[in-house]
Amino acid sequence: MWQALRNELAPEGFELVTVGLDTLGAEGCRQFIEAAQPQHPSLIDQFHKLADAFGVINIPSSVWIDEQGMIVRPAEVAPAPPGGRRAPPRDMPGETPERLREMMQEAVKIPNDSEAYHAALRDWVEHGAASRYALSPDEVIARSRPRDANRSLGHAHFELASALELAGHHDAAIQHFREAHRLVPESWTFRRQAWSLESVDAAGPFARFWQGPKPDDPESWPYEGGWLEDVKQVGAENYNDRWKP
Amino acid sequence: MLLKSLKIPKAEFEAGTGWQLKPEGACKGDVCIPLPETPGDTVDVQAVADAMGLPLASASDHGLWALGPEAIGGRALVTAEAPDLRLPDLDGNEFALSSLRGRKVLLYAWAPY
Repeated sequence: MWQALRNELAPEGFELVTVGLDTLGAEGCRQFIEAAQPQHPSLIDQFHKLADAFGVINIPSSVWIDEQGMIVRPAEVAPAPPGGRRAPPRDMPGETPERLREMMQEAVKIPNDSEAYHAALRDWVEHGAASRYALSPDEVIARSRPRDANRSLGHAHFELASALELAGHHDAAIQHFREAHRLVPESWTFRRQAWSLESVDAAGPFARFWQGPKPDDPESWPYEGGWLEDVKQVGAENYNDRWKP
Repeated sequence: MLLKSLKIPKAEFEAGTGWQLKPEGACKGDVCIPLPETPGDTVDVQAVADAMGLPLASASDHGLWALGPEAIGGRALVTAEAPDLRLPDLDGNEFALSSLRGRKVLLYAWAPY
């Protein structure tokens, strides 16, 4: 859907750049990118540079950048274009584990501002700086994510964790992921990434989406929460900040 | 940025942090942070990090350190100028976001999990 939008708007001087955030790098992202066959730049962000550089804390998120390289909207939730966005995965097997069913039930409760977001995007592509949705530099900075010294340190721990994971030091990586989670509690990507690196055999093809205690061995789960547990705790309606013009 | 040593070439520090080391200090966009002394070709990361207020996390038993991003002004962005993001594609070819100047860009973050 994003690709169709990109192809429609490309003649108006618009480009889409997709970035896959994954410690597992190209191998983690490959099947999705190859299935999409993108005609736009499609990049791999193994160390979540988008978190450091733009303040991305959840996916999907977007940043709008104008022709001069100025950010006109900082990182914010980026809903898929309107229409058909809540179709269940085609290949969900009949024997879907209860946890995954519950996760889907929570996911559909997450508010979606797709209509407003995409109307704004089209307005910006058409009118550029004159669009009311293109924010001033001061507003862009003010709306970017809060960051203090603790959060900055949390980003450093996340990067260390990623490097340790890639070097095969999984247990050491967990300690630094946990520090990152403690110091940057609002980052869903830091948590989802770490959870997705714990293999859960019971989840089969959805192992990376399980993101929580193993049903047959819950004590071995090394993290405080999980996707389902955390979403229930904060409420699906608070999973993302609502989009604001 | 990830570090395997706390003494690194200046160019590596600049590329990794996005901060240029100039006589007036460490600079990004319109913002400059004064430094006690201008680093030479080799940067003492601990000293510069302390001066800039950048946190350094350590896994020294694995020979690794990581320098956190700046938290100046209490926000993720210190300038609305887009950073010079460079990332590889699926085939490992590096792509520079700055190569798209002249077009409107929607940078879209997703994940396979």
